[in-house]
Amino acid sequence: MAIPIEYNVRSAVARWPSTLVAVLSIAGTVAVFVVMLAMAQGFQATLVSGGSPENAIVLRGGAESEMMSALTLDQARVLAGAPGVARSAAGDPLASNEVVVIGAFALAATGSDANVQIRGVSPLALDVRPNVRIAGGRFFQPGLTELVVGRNVPSTYTGFSLGSTVEFGGGSWTIVGVFDAGGSSFDSEIWCDATVLNQIFKRPENIFQSVTVRLESPESLGAFKDAATSDPRLAVDVFRETTYYEEQSRTVSTIIRVLGFIVAAVMAVGAVFAALNTMYAAVSARSAEIATLKALGFGPASVVASFVGESIVVALAGGVVGSLAALPFNGFTSGTMNWSSFSYLAFSFRVTPAIVASGLVFSIVMGIVGGLPPAVRAARLPIVVALREL
Amino acid sequence: MVRVDGKGTESLVEIRSLDKKYRRGGEEIDVLRGLNLDVDQGEFIAFMGPSGSGKTTLLNLIGGLDVPTAGTIRVAGDEIGALSGRKLAAWRARHIGFIFQMYNLIPVLTAFQNVQLPLLLTGLSKSDRREHVEAALELVGLTDRMHHYPRQLSGGQEQRVAIARAIVADPTILLCDEPTGDLDRASGDEILAIISRLSREFRKTIFLVTHDPVAAERAGTLLHLDKGTLLECAADGRVACKPEDRKR
Repeated sequence: MAIPIEYNVRSAVARWPSTLVAVLSIAGTVAVFVVMLAMAQGFQATLVSGGSPENAIVLRGGAESEMMSALTLDQARVLAGAPGVARSAAGDPLASNEVVVIGAFALAATGSDANVQIRGVSPLALDVRPNVRIAGGRFFQPGLTELVVGRNVPSTYTGFSLGSTVEFGGGSWTIVGVFDAGGSSFDSEIWCDATVLNQIFKRPENIFQSVTVRLESPESLGAFKDAATSDPRLAVDVFRETTYYEEQSRTVSTIIRVLGFIVAAVMAVGAVFAALNTMYAAVSARSAEIATLKALGFGPASVVASFVGESIVVALAGGVVGSLAALPFNGFTSGTMNWSSFSYLAFSFRVTPAIVASGLVFSIVMGIVGGLPPAVRAARLPIVVALREL
Repeated sequence: MVRVDGKGTESLVEIRSLDKKYRRGGEEIDVLRGLNLDVDQGEFIAFMGPSGSGKTTLLNLIGGLDVPTAGTIRVAGDEIGALSGRKLAAWRARHIGFIFQMYNLIPVLTAFQNVQLPLLLTGLSKSDRREHVEAALELVGLTDRMHHYPRQLSGGQEQRVAIARAIVADPTILLCDEPTGDLDRASGDEILAIISRLSREFRKTIFLVTHDPVAAERAGTLLHLDKGTLLECAADGRVACKPEDRKR
């Protein structure tokens, strides 16, 4: 049996000042680590949740995003009639031909301009995306310069309250509704009639950037995709909508994660040194105890396990404190540029159980790294010399 | 029987041509020189001698805490110089009980937990361990202090806990390094009485290092160490230094 862990716990408590320093160092590192991961997770979840597994988005072949894509009205009609596309009660195919432009509007918080994604959609857009619902006012009327805005827009930008009028693209637009897209990226968008948007921005009327269709079922994607990609009139790429948005979120979420790891790694170096310092001090102060345990018959492996265990206990305490400190950031709303659409995206931090678990594992790793060298030193202490140190 | 001429056979402890040198500041110091010793089971031996004569070093070598420069130490058939690391630790756990001058209790563990430590290296169940610990504490008269921490005990009580810890796993040999050196006379006498009882009633093989002639009187055999050499007490190599005929 190993040296009892209560020996280590009580020893750590007995020399609480140095233990506290190590706990706080590790707590700070874990808190930053968790918050950065929560930020990346929130950003990714916001984009991905905009997609539905029952929707397919179609872009021009080779286009990596809607900004780079162009589809003609004829192509859009072929796509709407393809197999696997669901139909409304009236028998109309559930397809939304969409146009995306970027508008610059003043942020309410700072007054500086930020890019907003303005999406021209078809009148059936709400049927294509049942996860989007009107939360206030009404949907726009086709042919009119009316806007419906995502629920984040009125609070993020100046002048976007329901009933207001905003000027952009050479036109005057009335905000007639606010929609709720369940916390997805659509909540940061402004929607209007795609045909009107093309006209106002003086774009070719029969050109769209994407077509989103509602599938009869998630399994219908194969049939739809086969039909779309094998039709000689079309040169398109078809994605399940969730896959498309996941891909769109990858760049920014990876940047956030990499930055998070870099910051956490730098802080971890400091935290590991704190753990090393604490554990070296513990070994030094308790060399006679260690020698006594070895004299009683506890082997080198037991001593190493004991002190690494103590370091892990201290680090885990830091991990718990750090995770608790990061919890209030759950739901905290922030925004950043979405590089795939060049528009500002509001998102909420998400401190998930998996992220907290990652933080705790990170703290354990720091505990092992910080505890192992002092533990090896403890195991190698010459018993006879250490016994004289009482 | 105890012999110092290296001619004993089948003794519990057989030490042959034992040398121990230390290097200090570039200078080599001979601590033990060509020492021979045979000790049978149940003997109680006291080592006396001036500081630096090698008493504690000999005790450390017998207990496997240190390694000889030359020579062999065989205890209960095991040559301990051939053991290292995990095996040596396991050997110590099975054969040796240590009683130190400064008690060496773990301050953050209670008397019960300190005494239980050697039993954690055995396969005993929790209830068996409890039984053994309580028996050991009863033997040293400390059952009423078993949940006290070392800081809550007097020096004599701490040393009694240390004795309980040394005997709880029923080791072959007890090694006592100045066990009364830090105690007043009354407490010291209590400790010596317990050690004597362990020899008399439990037939423990005991090696006692002391500067105190009164403590040494308790031993069945007294050996003098001087400059790393055991001084013989009888011409034929058998140690005759029984209490009644010790050289003064």
